[in-house]
Amino acid sequence: MSAILRALLYRDLLLAWRRRSDVATTVLFFVIVVSLFPLGVGPEPGLLRTIAPGVIWVAALLASMLALTRMFESDHADGTLDQMLLAAAPLGMLVIARAFAHWLVTGLPLVVLAPVLALQFDLPAGLLPTLAGSLLLGTPVLSLVGAIGAALTLGLRGGGILLALLVLPLYVPALIIGAGALDAAASGQGAQAHFLLLTALLVLAGAFAPWAISAALRISAE
Amino acid sequence: MLEAHELEATRGDATLFTGLGFTLRPGTLLRVTGANGSGKTSLLRALCGLLLPSAGEVRWNGENIRALREEYWKCLAYVGHANALKDDLTAEENLKVACALSGRSVSAAQSRLALESFGLVGRSHLAARALSQGQRRRAALARLAVSEALPLWILDEPFAALDAKAVEQVQSLAGEHLARGGMVVLTSHQEMNVAATSVTDVNLDR
Repeated sequence: MSAILRALLYRDLLLAWRRRSDVATTVLFFVIVVSLFPLGVGPEPGLLRTIAPGVIWVAALLASMLALTRMFESDHADGTLDQMLLAAAPLGMLVIARAFAHWLVTGLPLVVLAPVLALQFDLPAGLLPTLAGSLLLGTPVLSLVGAIGAALTLGLRGGGILLALLVLPLYVPALIIGAGALDAAASGQGAQAHFLLLTALLVLAGAFAPWAISAALRISAE
Repeated sequence: MLEAHELEATRGDATLFTGLGFTLRPGTLLRVTGANGSGKTSLLRALCGLLLPSAGEVRWNGENIRALREEYWKCLAYVGHANALKDDLTAEENLKVACALSGRSVSAAQSRLALESFGLVGRSHLAARALSQGQRRRAALARLAVSEALPLWILDEPFAALDAKAVEQVQSLAGEHLARGGMVVLTSHQEMNVAATSVTDVNLDR
């Protein structure tokens, strides 16, 4: 079974590499959205420091969502999804591999870039590990929860907007806890409670999302 | 042994077929015929377990395939209407992924041989998007050349877009598969000439 997952992960990463521009658009979108705020709000360090966590997290949310439509769409269109549904391994495992590949190419770059972009907001250097850590725990949740929406809207006309309406509200807990981690760390409380909550969210999503995604994919094939 | 019991499928309000039953024993070819829209693809998808029939059940060696799931799919090679090829991967990479999904690994030599038998020599390193329609179909069907171990083949319009030589190749592969005790289910609008000692026909036209 692990051979199947490895093969699927390898395939997804290979496809991402062959379509590097798709990956680059997501990352650039994140960079540009985050950079627009200091330009729009103006050079006021106090204000920028206050809005930084929220802005970076919202941009990460949107960037992660941008790539969701691609998650199952092409597999659905070219018939590969049927082969995945008929695979020799449980579908739940295959979708975990799929979501993990999605996170590697869209979530992980955000985790790496966020501390650099945070410099524009004059975020204290001591908070940068907290920022990266919260994104490291939070972005996999976005990929897993987003995959549920992507599977549910598969093959629908205008699925893109519907996907946003469906998924963004589900992102709210991750957003509140993730951005809150920075505020807590800045006020000297420490972000440990928030990290634990994010981990709990990740465990919850990891346990239940594959099941929901599989069910949605099976319905879309009928 | 594959059994269909009182199968019924509907599309919207229309009933495609109802009360359909047959038994497919090792070494038997099942030909599904019918006009466009008569439900051939739906029947095949129901046999695969992709489509939940509105009534009846499909059994594999006596057990409902809904309960068997992966156990059944391990025995199945399905080539659908769509080719299941990734445009950005080469024919060889596509073949490897398809085999991995069904739980097998193919060596480089095996996959090259399979692609060669379908006349894709020298094109195995071309991205699938650069292949013609017929070549894409060939690349999809090349999976059969490395699927001897899977007892049940379900092929939806395998001959569509193929030239005479490739049609012959698919027919001979299916013939060999039947000869070694495999089972083949296929739909086709063309006259086919598969060497089979035992043939079951299902006609969906009423």
